[in-house]
Amino acid sequence: MSLKTFLRGVHPFDGKALAKDSPIRQVQMTGEMVFPLSQHIGAPATPTVKPGDHVLMGQQIAAPGGFVSAGICSSVSGTVRAIEPRTTIIGETRDSIVIENDGKYEAVPGLGEKRDPSSLTPAQIRDIIRDAGIVGLGGAGFPTHVKLTTKDDSKVKYVIVNGAECEPYLNSDYRLMLERPEELLGGLKVILSLFPNAEGVIGIEDNKPEAIRLLTEKTASEPRIHVEALKTKYPQGGERMLIHAITGQDINSSMLPFDAGCIVNNVATVIAVYMAVCCSTPLMTTVMTITGDAVKSPCNLEVPIGCSHKDVLEAAGGFSVQPEKLISGGPMMGTAMYTLDIPVQKTSSSILAFAEDPVADNPSSPCIHCGRCVQACPERLVPQMMQVAADNDNFEWFEKLGGMECIECGCCTIVCPAHRTLTQSFKYGKTSVNRLRREAQAKAAVEKSAK
Amino acid sequence: MNEMYNVSVSPHLRSETGTNSIMRDVAIALLPPCLFGIYNFGYKALLLIVVSVLAAIVTEFVYEKLVKRPVTVGDFSAVVTGMILAVNLPATLPLWMAALGSVFAILVVKQLFGGLGQNFMNPALAGRCFLLISFGSQMTAFPAVDGISAATPLTAMKAGESVDLLQMFIGNYSGCIGETSVLAILLGAGYLLLKKVISIRIPGIYILSTMVFIVVLNLVTGNGMPTGGYLLAHLFGGGLLIGAFFMATDYVTSPITPMGQVIYALLIGFLTALFRVVGKSAEGVSYAIIISNMAVPLIEKATVPTPFGRKKGKGGAKA
Repeated sequence: MSLKTFLRGVHPFDGKALAKDSPIRQVQMTGEMVFPLSQHIGAPATPTVKPGDHVLMGQQIAAPGGFVSAGICSSVSGTVRAIEPRTTIIGETRDSIVIENDGKYEAVPGLGEKRDPSSLTPAQIRDIIRDAGIVGLGGAGFPTHVKLTTKDDSKVKYVIVNGAECEPYLNSDYRLMLERPEELLGGLKVILSLFPNAEGVIGIEDNKPEAIRLLTEKTASEPRIHVEALKTKYPQGGERMLIHAITGQDINSSMLPFDAGCIVNNVATVIAVYMAVCCSTPLMTTVMTITGDAVKSPCNLEVPIGCSHKDVLEAAGGFSVQPEKLISGGPMMGTAMYTLDIPVQKTSSSILAFAEDPVADNPSSPCIHCGRCVQACPERLVPQMMQVAADNDNFEWFEKLGGMECIECGCCTIVCPAHRTLTQSFKYGKTSVNRLRREAQAKAAVEKSAK
Repeated sequence: MNEMYNVSVSPHLRSETGTNSIMRDVAIALLPPCLFGIYNFGYKALLLIVVSVLAAIVTEFVYEKLVKRPVTVGDFSAVVTGMILAVNLPATLPLWMAALGSVFAILVVKQLFGGLGQNFMNPALAGRCFLLISFGSQMTAFPAVDGISAATPLTAMKAGESVDLLQMFIGNYSGCIGETSVLAILLGAGYLLLKKVISIRIPGIYILSTMVFIVVLNLVTGNGMPTGGYLLAHLFGGGLLIGAFFMATDYVTSPITPMGQVIYALLIGFLTALFRVVGKSAEGVSYAIIISNMAVPLIEKATVPTPFGRKKGKGGAKA
């Protein structure tokens, strides 16, 4: 049987063996906890506490700042010290709630209480998910209750669980699938209860045979759920590639998965839904893989959101050698951090520490037009021509070449023998096109109102 | 703040293959044709290869020093240009002409147009055509091999003589230094394909289409259906194979779009057949390739593929 997959893509060194077999270890933190109000796509959350307030573990400390937004719940009990700008993973400062952790982990009443999802209406389920502050934990951080609110719930044919985990080095979703399969299936059933005509599909790359075997066993008697083994290839876990592999349908940048009858959530998100709906536990922790050749003992830790990366690294055992580079997320799409003194967010799934930085070691040289980028691009674009367009600010041509379809997966950049920073140019090109579109819209609006 | 770690935009990985390792692979793949040329034509061939390569390297080095650009001779691209020029020369050519060809290739075609990656046609082939136009008689004075006629097989065929296909496969006949042995060329080509430096798309379509167009043009011009032997002689003879695997596949001067590569290969195939069947001279690979090189930007613009998830013809521009 040939495995389902997509066209093109790359096979980077996967490095998963470092921490693959290390079971998730729960860690509690002490000291200062920092909760940026913007950890998701959409409007920042609005604080519901003020400095001096005492908060309990599981208490909402910020409410959604709009429909496309998410609230935040405290992962510890303690005292609110301040609401002030703090440096976040992306390297910029964001307003954040700072809580002094009293170490008592005093819970709000009702935390952890079992709840029967069949007694809840779809609207109640969505409200619980919203109040629990759940966002897409695969990295994008799109508010989950928004994703689960569609124009027509009966048109959803597939609820896809993204268990591809195609980013090299990361293991958190793999460990969750192995260690918490009941919670995963429970969460999937909750989501399926919202969409009467949908089947649940768990897509897993075939480099995780244990997870495929376990979940296939567990779903054998589930009429609405099955496991789909996928070919191991990056970016198999990209939303569009995953939908293509599982349903054969292609979506583009101006479409939503819903347009192909799909709802896609990653493993950690589905488990968070289970915890919120069935166990009255909002999103307070995240599972992180701490790995890389500069880490003494690579492992998987479940840590409270809001703690410092520095504390997570210490809990993992620290560095074996001084790293040149730290990455939050995977090496393909993650964000480089210049310091460890940054709070862990909802979407944090890893700390990668590398003794050497291949980016700094390989400066760009002239393009030799070899076409490897074209062979690698899963979006079937022409990165070489797009870079020329973006670098020359020829945004019209950039758009015509399909530049807005770029998913910034990085395939073109890692196969380039001239080590050109293609993805960087495309981020610039896309941002510029979006800016120009906004300006054009604003101008049109002004002209319209003038008439 | 004590410690600062490196920051860069994702992805944080880079290819282990570099421009220099690719060019080095091409140079390695050119060794079998070069070695056979030396075996076939003697020390003169060796001298020509050495002079061409050295002249290419020195030209690049001196020019980059003069204009204060970073020196790029370490990327092996000048070495490859020198080697490709040399394998396309007759062994009896005066050494200074070979050197002049290299200087023209590197200085005029490559460096003056912006250096590596910016040349609009294959520098080595442009250098060869420059020599062919300037020193026509020396460039077509092929030495005799083992007492066999000094005429190249294609010239002989054009004059109505018969050729020995087995000898053509092994390479025991007259011609340019590196083009005679099919065996040696296929060895080098196999290495490039194995190392994934080139794909079969351009050379495969080029060779096949040349054969098809030769048949068509023979029928159109009233020569009748060509024989299998005639077609094999065209396949083995002249610069078709070495041109297909080593020159038509030149990265800088071939399209990167999949459909563009098909059109480009068909174009060279058509021109090669046209020059060989209808043209006055027996050979036409070099001109076919450099003319097609110049059409590449146009071909690429016209063959931008439809992105994933978009409908054909709608392009990516629609929001």
